Amino acid sequence: MTIVVAFLVLVIGIAAWWLSTQRIMSKPWLEIGVIDEPPGAGPPAAAKIGLCVFLAVAGVLFALSISAYSMRLQAADWWPLPAPRLLWFNTGLLILASATLEWTKAQSRHASLDGVRFGLVGAGVFTLAFVVGQLVVWRELVEEGYFLASNPANAFFYLMTGLHGLHVMGGLVALARVTLRAFSADEVGVERGKLRLGVELCAIYWHFLLVVWLVLFALIAGWAGDFFEICRQALS
Amino acid sequence: MVDVPLGVAGVPPAEVEDVELYHPKSWVTHYVFSQDAKIIAVQYSVTALSIGLVALMLSWLMRLQLAFPGALSFIDADAYYQLITMHGMMMVVYVLTALFLGGFGNYLIPLMLGARDMVFPYANMLSFWFYLLAVVVLFASFAVPGGPTGAGWTLYPPQSITAGTPGLAWGIVMMLVSLMIFIVGFTMGGLNYVVTVLQGRTRGMTLMRMPLTVWGIFTASVMALLAFPALFVGAVMMLFDRLLGTSFFMPEIIEQGARLPYGGGSPILFQHLFWFFGHPEVYIVALPAFGIVSDLISVHARRNIFGYRMMVWAIVAIGALSFVVWAHHMYVSGMNPYFGFFFATTTLIIAIPTAIKVYNWVLTLWRGDIHLTTPMLFALAFIVTFVNGGLTGLFLGNVVVDVPLSDTMFVVAHFHMVMGVAPILVIFGAIYHWYPKVTGRLLSVPLGQFHFWVTFLGAYLIFFPMHYLGLMGVPRRYYEMGETAIYPPSAHDLNIFITVMALLVGAAQLAFVFNLIWSLRHGRGAGGNPWRACSLEWQTSATPPPHGNFGKELPIVYRWAYDYNVPGAPEDFIPQNQPPLAGEIASRAP
Repeated sequence: MTIVVAFLVLVIGIAAWWLSTQRIMSKPWLEIGVIDEPPGAGPPAAAKIGLCVFLAVAGVLFALSISAYSMRLQAADWWPLPAPRLLWFNTGLLILASATLEWTKAQSRHASLDGVRFGLVGAGVFTLAFVVGQLVVWRELVEEGYFLASNPANAFFYLMTGLHGLHVMGGLVALARVTLRAFSADEVGVERGKLRLGVELCAIYWHFLLVVWLVLFALIAGWAGDFFEICRQALS
Repeated sequence: MVDVPLGVAGVPPAEVEDVELYHPKSWVTHYVFSQDAKIIAVQYSVTALSIGLVALMLSWLMRLQLAFPGALSFIDADAYYQLITMHGMMMVVYVLTALFLGGFGNYLIPLMLGARDMVFPYANMLSFWFYLLAVVVLFASFAVPGGPTGAGWTLYPPQSITAGTPGLAWGIVMMLVSLMIFIVGFTMGGLNYVVTVLQGRTRGMTLMRMPLTVWGIFTASVMALLAFPALFVGAVMMLFDRLLGTSFFMPEIIEQGARLPYGGGSPILFQHLFWFFGHPEVYIVALPAFGIVSDLISVHARRNIFGYRMMVWAIVAIGALSFVVWAHHMYVSGMNPYFGFFFATTTLIIAIPTAIKVYNWVLTLWRGDIHLTTPMLFALAFIVTFVNGGLTGLFLGNVVVDVPLSDTMFVVAHFHMVMGVAPILVIFGAIYHWYPKVTGRLLSVPLGQFHFWVTFLGAYLIFFPMHYLGLMGVPRRYYEMGETAIYPPSAHDLNIFITVMALLVGAAQLAFVFNLIWSLRHGRGAGGNPWRACSLEWQTSATPPPHGNFGKELPIVYRWAYDYNVPGAPEDFIPQNQPPLAGEIASRAP
């Protein structure tokens, strides 16, 4: 459970930092009159705050699975399954999707609608390929006899890749909506602000998915075992 | 020194961007599939209160079995476990969490902050329908073969998914699925509550001017968003164990000579996941109650809340601390004594911010102009009850005291006082307080007083003797004491007494239900601000508040929510949207 506590400390730290910018030392009983927000661009869009809060929630979900994984890892009957080579290829696809969305974000700032359309479709294709790739990995493993129930290592592998895959597919739904919006928007429509925001949110979410995947991949490939061992020795 | 830019009367309300409001077009989209937070709040509250009545009846059946074993032929050991499980799960998750966050959160957050609605109304609507679906799945488990699960509300594996526990075939699956649906639904609602507080406040409503009710609900929503995933992960893993034969939680088990196909799982892992959710859950229920009580006391004692800043900091501190105390539910699980020491320490540290809150409530009452209205009675009763329940918490928080008391009726008495009776008293108080805003009519006072005294005194007559039973060693979760000679006859007599009291208190709730329905048509008209309160929900253009909450322009906030009995003011309260009075700015200078 150390991992999830560490993650929470991070979240609480961010919350504490944010609270410290909100005049929590003020004495509201002495203050009469309108207090305006600190000068600046005003509060960010609701959808953006919403996404960030959601990322904290999804982050706890993954941190908890990893915590459980690390607790279970210590038992003697843990036979790690081999990391299929296809996972490397899938990782590359997800990196490409994430990078494409970052590029698309830049395009939307330069107000290049064609670029945005191209980028969104590209990111969608890469991500779909990633999902298909993950399914192929599952099939390969099952064909080689690594069933869900035959070992805890397998169970955790399918659970964590499955959870991640579901989050990717949820993201694809959002991406599809933004793509539709991009194709129905005209050059100078009012929708442009909404489109830019949508692209930005997708980019943030994809970076999050990528980071989570890299951590999970490190666990699956077995590098994290050494890391846990070092931590355990440092703590004991 | 206060370096606040002081505004003058007549500041334009601009700056707050006009939100595109969703406009209902038909009766169905107005009252059924509504995206208006106020309607959703009522939907949540009515559903949760109805489930509360069902859970109350389940507890009657349990009490009848304990007092008169065998009197009801349909209650055998299995049925008793099913009653325990469903009562506990319903009350904790589907009643208290849903009512405080889904009910009061939806109603009060936009109104108190001067917002037109929640920021994501569509997700807010979905949140309620997911909740309702979760409830339907939960209740459907009464009808499936084998009945609902009897694993206890903690659902500890391996017993929850091995033979011998009722509801093994269907019940446990329905329970886990229902919880997962609830969590998905809550996440949509919770994002709304949090983001509305962060982003939807009207002009002048700084965080430190929010009423404490909003602080409580906000902090509890953040906690729930971070804690429920633990239950979700636990539920998914257990569902895998039960349906797909994995062994996340299931160790090697020999059952009647045969080896089960499981092996190598860790039951303790589930306990960690469960209580990582379960302990914050206590404060998810308690923090909104703290906030609401602060507001009730301040309004009905006509005094500003004492130590507002400390109250806010205490709420936040309790929220953060409650994530590092979960293992105090696991003292008897064979953990490392050093862990036990650590968790006992963090548990006792929580008493500090909690005590600060209690002192501040009492100091708010000190020399106040106390009006013993029905909401105020419930608020005062909450303070007493919460202190009582909290004191036994100090017993159970210590490892050496907890070990002999673990799994006795003492624990049952403790958690019912602290997170059963206490929050429910607040719920009643809050309903008596805000019902006039929701419906435009006051609840009947005589009925309310009757309801209060029977509920308050009755709850003590139920749960105080239970502490004593626990100290005698009477275990919880036993469906009868049987022929055990170690309990004196007085223990049996006490059980009968508790049961009679439980029946009386339960029946008295009918007065409350009747009051809710009767006053809808026949209650005295309330006007816009019957309690003469400062916060924004009482300053709406009409009562009940129309779609969009406020009139053409959103209110501007000039002051905090607790300006009661300000010297020199014409009335004994100054609404939050009242521009500075003549000479007021100078008189407030420190």
